[in-house]
Amino acid sequence: MSQIWKYVRVTPSGGRVRGVPARSSTTSISLPGTPDHLSSQSTLILRFVMSIMEHNGGSVVAMAGKNCVAIACDLRLGAGAQTIATNFEKIFPVTDRMYLGLAGLASDVVTLREKFRYLTNMFLIKESRPLEPSTFAHLVSSTLYERRFGPYFCEPVLAGLERTPSGSYKPYIVGTDLIGCLNFAKDFIVTGTASDKLFGVAEGLWEPDLEPEDLFETISQTLMNAVDRDAYSGWGAVVHVITPDKVITRTLKGRMD
Amino acid sequence: MPNMSAIVHPQQRHFNPYAENGGTILAIAGADFTVIAGDTRQSEGYSIQTRYAPKVFRLTDRAVLAVNGFAADGNMFVKKVKQRLEWYKHAHAKDMPLRAIARLIQTMLYAQRFFPYYVYNILGGIEEDGSGAVYSFDPVGSYEREACRAAGAAQSLVQPFLDNQIYFKNQTAAPGRSHPSHLPLPDVLSIVVDSFTSATERHIEVGDGLEIYIVLAKGRSLQGVEGLHGLRELSTQEDGERVFVLQRDLKKD
Amino acid sequence: MSAGFDFSNHSRNTFLSEKGLKVPKATSTGTTIVGCLFKDGIVLGADTRATEGPIVADKNCEKIHFISDSIRCCGAGTAADTEFITALISSNIELHALSTGRKPRVVTAMTMLKQRLFQYQGHIGAALVLGGVDPSGAHLFTIHPHGSTDKLPYVTMGSGSLAAMAVFESSWKPDLSREDALKLVTAAVSAGIFNDLGSGSNVDACVITATETEMLRGYVKPNERTQKERTYGFRRGTTAWTAEKIRNLVVSEEITPIGGEEMDTS
Repeated sequence: MSQIWKYVRVTPSGGRVRGVPARSSTTSISLPGTPDHLSSQSTLILRFVMSIMEHNGGSVVAMAGKNCVAIACDLRLGAGAQTIATNFEKIFPVTDRMYLGLAGLASDVVTLREKFRYLTNMFLIKESRPLEPSTFAHLVSSTLYERRFGPYFCEPVLAGLERTPSGSYKPYIVGTDLIGCLNFAKDFIVTGTASDKLFGVAEGLWEPDLEPEDLFETISQTLMNAVDRDAYSGWGAVVHVITPDKVITRTLKGRMD
Repeated sequence: MPNMSAIVHPQQRHFNPYAENGGTILAIAGADFTVIAGDTRQSEGYSIQTRYAPKVFRLTDRAVLAVNGFAADGNMFVKKVKQRLEWYKHAHAKDMPLRAIARLIQTMLYAQRFFPYYVYNILGGIEEDGSGAVYSFDPVGSYEREACRAAGAAQSLVQPFLDNQIYFKNQTAAPGRSHPSHLPLPDVLSIVVDSFTSATERHIEVGDGLEIYIVLAKGRSLQGVEGLHGLRELSTQEDGERVFVLQRDLKKD
Repeated sequence: MSAGFDFSNHSRNTFLSEKGLKVPKATSTGTTIVGCLFKDGIVLGADTRATEGPIVADKNCEKIHFISDSIRCCGAGTAADTEFITALISSNIELHALSTGRKPRVVTAMTMLKQRLFQYQGHIGAALVLGGVDPSGAHLFTIHPHGSTDKLPYVTMGSGSLAAMAVFESSWKPDLSREDALKLVTAAVSAGIFNDLGSGSNVDACVITATETEMLRGYVKPNERTQKERTYGFRRGTTAWTAEKIRNLVVSEEITPIGGEEMDTS
């Protein structure tokens, strides 16, 4: 995660060096005066510099089902490798049928939550009409892009039901990168420190047209198995399933290590 | 005119002998079989070097080795392991047992502790007791016997999926029932194929082709292997363990 | 609220990066976007993959952006930048058209884009292929992130540009027919999709002539996922949970009549 989406590559400059032996040494060893052909193996020695986006950890996933959507997050709040709290929810209600998930730097999660609460209230007061997910998505996008050159370290995920002209509801999920590039997906959106793992599991488990209870199982399994392989996410999870007439919120029983 | 500043100031030259060639491998052990698979794309940066570079190799009739990471190191390493196995055969008039091959690989990797083979190895096959086994290694020889393992570019995508589908992690069994400890071969094969098609969707370095090796224990029926299209047998004997390879296409974008 | 960018997080972010925390940083090119001139106008083409390092973030994104009825712009580089700069210039072009009372020209859009990109000295990481038809004819430009531009009969950009350009160099000729131009653009984008790892999925195309603009979203889909070998639905009750809260959105009320007989309404 943690990179700006491109129709391109982002360099992990100064970050984790690609292709580090997972089980070998984890501390930095920089050997002064090492011969050239040997110092090249420093590519193999992990110089661990944590990214801002990874500092507090946490992951969010959203999935579309048949006439319903689900959004889920883990509960960990960390400071590097240390876990600070295990009750840090990253998903917030925006309207009755729309929830916003924020993964990234915890202070920005809180700042953006309050900012979007303000912007939502101002919209409802000024416009006196319902705030639909497609409208809110662009509000999120512009808010983040405004800070293109000093971004919030946060990648939001939005899940909701969009009202159609006929009066029914259709699933709507969208994600953005940290500077507000929208990603409309028909299936699922993932973000956070476990995003790679979530992509892999979700791509395997997701199926179209799942009923709310089946979508609950699929999103829960996706999230839990992904965060169990991520050191910076986990410690419990919360799932919201949004249907036209109710929102089911469940706290999952997950590994606490 | 030559650039004088380049002469005045000391400059550090840097040669990196390693490359990362993408791709992914995985192996799953069954009760009396093992499946070892790898995609066939070899890439560097954004370029595809070849769409068919095998990463999985038959060592003996009961051992298959998958290598992933730096392709040149991988090929050389397999070559050296094969050579050591041949010497063993000449000395002892039999194939080396799987657990001995695993220990040999550890020794060979650790011998290069300070200039490692930049390769992740997964060894799969049949133990002397007839059980399916998977051994996974890090580049400097730390190893472990497991029931399933993914490695390479899409390891982080595939491994949690296998945890869920092979180990039934985070799944509570239906009341009065329990999860099987080993899956049947057809189930394992379909999970392997789906793991690779999923990884191909979401990882740019995975794709082109898929090679699945199947090792069957001695005397095991061909049940579950018969009728698979594109199946090729590689075993040298009919009455021992048997090795098959199955090829599938993956997306090429 | 004021217009323009907000830099108020900048000093905080600089502080964080000085503390040794890595700041997400963007660099150069990816994608395959192309454009070529033909007898009656312009054909633009693009792949539909958006990546996040080696991971595919979006399998079917739109890279051909609307500028005006007969001007479109393909974007490569930082996805958000291409999205927002084309939206901004699209609105400014509309306002310009309204104030001049004339059809917008491709050079105008090109100038607006390059001036903004130059102003930001390459920090807005957008690499664009701009094409369209206006009263002065059909025009095709490339615009680089620092604001330099080229006017050529066939162009490619992004990490797949070399693969795509190889196709153009071998087969493009003046005064192609619409069908041949579309075929050529498809072949060029496909070369990027299959030979460049940064590009993938589908071919989007857009044909612009003096009389009409045809946006061909998902013109060729050579990379649809095949049916999975298994279904992965779970038995209900598979996931263990500890707490449940249900918020009902439908307020139901039950009316219980209290005592008395019904009123005689006859």
